Amino acid sequence: MTSRHKNSKRIEGLDKNVWVAFTSVAADPSIVNLGQGFPDIPPPSYVKEALAEASSVDRMNQYTRGFGHPSLVKALSQVYGKVCGRQIDPFKEILVTVGGYGSLFSTMQGLVDEGDEVIIIEPFFDCYVPMVRMAGGKPVLIPLRLKSGNKTGTSADWFLDPEELSSKFNSKTKAIIINTPNNPIGKIFSRDELQMIADLCIKHDTLCFSDEVYEWLIYRGHQHVKIATLPGMWDRTITIGSAGKTFSVTGWKLGWSVGPEHLIKHLQTVMQNTMHSCPTPLQEAVAHGFQRNLELMGQPECYFSSLPEELELKRDRMAAILQEAGMTPFIPEGGYFMLVDVTSLNQDLSHMEEDEAYDYKFVKWMIKEKKLAAIPVTAFVGEESKKHFEKYIRLCFIKQDSTLDAAEAILKNWRKV
Amino acid sequence: MSRRIHARRTEGIDKNVWVEFTQLAADYKAVNLGQGFPDFSPPKFVQEAFCDAVNGGAQMHQYTRAFGHPRLVQSLATFFSRVTGHEIDPLEDVLVTVGAYQALFCAFQALIDEGDEVIIVEPFFDCYQTMVKMVGGKEVYVPLRPKVEGSLSSADWTLSAEELASKFTPRTKAIVINTPNNPLGKVYKTEELQMIADLCIKHDVLCISDEVYEWLTYDGNKHVKIASLPGMWERTITIGSGGKTFSATGWKVGWVISSGHIIKHMKTIFQNCVYHCPTAAQEAVARAFEREYELFGSPESYFQQLPAMLHHRRGKLASCLQSVGLQPIMPEGGYFMIVDISSVKVDFNDDSTKDESYDYRFVKWLTKEKGLATIPVSAFYSPEHAKEFDKYIRFCFVKEEATLDAAEQILRKWRQGK
Repeated sequence: MTSRHKNSKRIEGLDKNVWVAFTSVAADPSIVNLGQGFPDIPPPSYVKEALAEASSVDRMNQYTRGFGHPSLVKALSQVYGKVCGRQIDPFKEILVTVGGYGSLFSTMQGLVDEGDEVIIIEPFFDCYVPMVRMAGGKPVLIPLRLKSGNKTGTSADWFLDPEELSSKFNSKTKAIIINTPNNPIGKIFSRDELQMIADLCIKHDTLCFSDEVYEWLIYRGHQHVKIATLPGMWDRTITIGSAGKTFSVTGWKLGWSVGPEHLIKHLQTVMQNTMHSCPTPLQEAVAHGFQRNLELMGQPECYFSSLPEELELKRDRMAAILQEAGMTPFIPEGGYFMLVDVTSLNQDLSHMEEDEAYDYKFVKWMIKEKKLAAIPVTAFVGEESKKHFEKYIRLCFIKQDSTLDAAEAILKNWRKV
Repeated sequence: MSRRIHARRTEGIDKNVWVEFTQLAADYKAVNLGQGFPDFSPPKFVQEAFCDAVNGGAQMHQYTRAFGHPRLVQSLATFFSRVTGHEIDPLEDVLVTVGAYQALFCAFQALIDEGDEVIIVEPFFDCYQTMVKMVGGKEVYVPLRPKVEGSLSSADWTLSAEELASKFTPRTKAIVINTPNNPLGKVYKTEELQMIADLCIKHDVLCISDEVYEWLTYDGNKHVKIASLPGMWERTITIGSGGKTFSATGWKVGWVISSGHIIKHMKTIFQNCVYHCPTAAQEAVARAFEREYELFGSPESYFQQLPAMLHHRRGKLASCLQSVGLQPIMPEGGYFMIVDISSVKVDFNDDSTKDESYDYRFVKWLTKEKGLATIPVSAFYSPEHAKEFDKYIRFCFVKEEATLDAAEQILRKWRQGK
């Protein structure tokens, strides 16, 4: 094959991907998979029923409006209008995309240009960096740091240093990406922390891309705050949501971007030149899911309340068994992942020869020896921060009881050879 | 923000004929022979396949394999290996995308660099142009032209061998062809594809072959896959569509079949773009292909039944147009028909469109005043050639009989001066 058939420059160096590496390893059914973030609990039945019903309507099997199926964008504008306390135009201020992932992509392609700097907080969902680079932008990383005194043993122990953050902003900074609740740590950025970020955005006239796909998974005692609702922020923020995470249907791949018209229109331009439209019956079914829960919002029957209630029990159970096994979990304030420090296990991995960070080796060893899969956290940080994060692994706990039982059995027997 | 907010790659690609004209058809509640989608349902076995998938267990609603649901890539590889006579590896040679639209996007993004030339045969599906622009490529156009003036079949529209050859330069990275062609309906013959293949091999150029209408050929015309010509497998990107194949455009399941060394670059784009496609729809398309594999060539095959039904609709639309004095160009394939409107005299009486091309004005007038939606054909031409082809409009005939009847009524009334 000739060299003329090589890849375009925009994907140079972007071919590696942690998921492609680890999901195939964990596909072995004998392995208890707490790695990739997807539920093995069923979605609410009314959502599946809505999908089956939608596909029986002729028109629902054909193209719908490119920027989002009308019933869905209307439902989203009602839900988010209520949550944000503002009128949201369903046609101009919302774009439906192929998953939260697709919203991130449309946002980067629409708003990040060659030479633009984009601040990314570590640890970050791994696609942020390659997407910024693919758009010609320059990722500028800043780590969450573990506070030294007064630890709570929760995700709240991780914080952004204000001076360090401020130093990352300059005239080339186009945007900052935040993810709250955060994957993998589960940290929920407090109002004060978001205000600090907002102040810098306003001072430096930068955009904010806020990945809020886990927005409904908030545990007791905590509150999800939307940075777009802070003064001066609506006009410069794109907020991203996900049907997959909201309704436990990751395989539906529907997400959305919400923001001011003058930003959303560029995402819409990207959409009309990349995918053109999202699947119709799926959008119709998600619209039903939202319509039903909109009425129930704030009540215990609302899925946005019942799911986190269910998950909080699993969270606490998971944390307890990890502690029993001698690991140190950080109990997450939100989301469905848990960061776990494995330092105290003192697991000797010197026999593993690959030149990889400790957590990669640990996870591979754990999959092989213990038949338990997790994700190494250095997959979510840049080169320089790897040494600060290589004793952490990420576990997903949105799993049915039998999966957690199996994990418990493994962890109880951990110390036995 | 005081400085430019948007990325420059979005410049010049913000207008979109579909967004504009589907909105117009909806606003005027027009009889819609514009955008290309069936107004009848997918066949029963396809709808059942989807229902079965939806009710098929928890894993149907969670992430599947990123580059394509295993059952689907397997069924595509099996099906198309038999059709092409080439052994297709399901994991290496196939990528599933969100519609053929995204397959095109991944191809351009993965393979075209700033400054690379891409030859586009006109008339072309409009996104080829905007996608090439978005990657900073340079569009080089070569038109299909009617061999004989006033010719009434898509078969008579051909590429001039010299003109085509002259478009290849050392900077040419790829050529894009679409067979059966949208909007014209041309089905490229083996000799025509061979001519293109010879140039691709001579100049070491890639071929992006959009074959979404591959099952819709009429009058004994056979769809030929350029990838199956000697020397072409390793340089051809063949694109297919579940939506067009199974009359379920709203499912947005498409695919690319190509040599692994090309697919791998498209996978890199894909994993940084959407990363997965929806699971249930892929499962349904897989089941549909498994059924068609068994029934291939038999009368129960949807790939026999759909073209047979559309052949009839094609005839119906053509005679209805002819009966009101309009001249359609009979398509050999696909589900569109272009119609020459140069003999029609209309007073548009619409200042809002006065700076637009003739066919745009005509289509808008026909939608607003007569309630019949179509698509202007110059949307499928480059700026340099649009003026030559602004007296054609495109009709879509993948519609219920009742829709075509309603269109017929409108046309009769109009031409009878009412």
